[in-house]
Amino acid sequence: MLAFAAAGAVTILAVLLIVVALVFYLVSVIVQLRKITAGLDVVITHVGEIVEKSAPVNGVVTTINEQLDAGVELLEGLLVKKAGITDAVGLVDGLYAGAGAAGFRQFPESSTITAPRIGEVYTRGTLTLARLGREAPIAVGNPAGPALRDVERGSLAARQLYPEVRQTRPSSLPRSPVIGTHAPVQYEQREDIGAPRKRLPGHAR
Amino acid sequence: MILWWLGDVVLLAVVLPVVVYLLRGVLDAAKSIVPSVQEIANVAAAGSKDLDAAVLLLTTQEQVTQTVAGVANYGGSLDVILDDAR
Repeated sequence: MLAFAAAGAVTILAVLLIVVALVFYLVSVIVQLRKITAGLDVVITHVGEIVEKSAPVNGVVTTINEQLDAGVELLEGLLVKKAGITDAVGLVDGLYAGAGAAGFRQFPESSTITAPRIGEVYTRGTLTLARLGREAPIAVGNPAGPALRDVERGSLAARQLYPEVRQTRPSSLPRSPVIGTHAPVQYEQREDIGAPRKRLPGHAR
Repeated sequence: MILWWLGDVVLLAVVLPVVVYLLRGVLDAAKSIVPSVQEIANVAAAGSKDLDAAVLLLTTQEQVTQTVAGVANYGGSLDVILDDAR
């Protein structure tokens, strides 16, 4: 009889220990899950703010892109209208090397044009002066002569300032040397440049 | 009687450790989630704060519209002044 009571007590003790372990760990898990729930509530709040704040971004950015596309089309159309498709590609390629290969958006054929080396033959200042020459008597053979002004083809008259090869056969022009830091041919600085000029014996005073 | 004692031994030596082991694993997993959730909450708060500048896009849109309008006016003037290519 005593053995039965002892065995029963041990069983009850074992079950009690298991129940205590279950309660302890499950309550601990519940506490952790509550923390997770609170954290996720914060996350949901902030994600809601993100969604709310970013909602109009798509429309605004799309509008901005449309406006910029319109501006690009306008400027490209104006450039092609005024300079011609070939010279326009050359101008763009001269200002931004390699950009001429991409061509213009509204002129798909521009990507197949071999860009003339306008930007390397003439600086922007030169091109500006050449264009101004139609209204000012610069680069005219006789300064006292009439100005190169043609109300109908003023800009074309400025082209007469340059050698004839450039007007009819620009592709025959020699290629301009590439200068600058990244030029394929680098020249060493001459030591005599900047040094005192040598005096010849016969001209000494 | 022997079976009862044997059951008690199994209960104390096998079932209880297994129950504790499994529950401890669940608790550790739950504890490991809490820091991650807090980090996510911090990142979400920072992201929400970063998007406060998104309102300025409306100003940018207005500026772009005005700029493109100015470019259009400028281009129109150039179209009048400069001759077309032949």
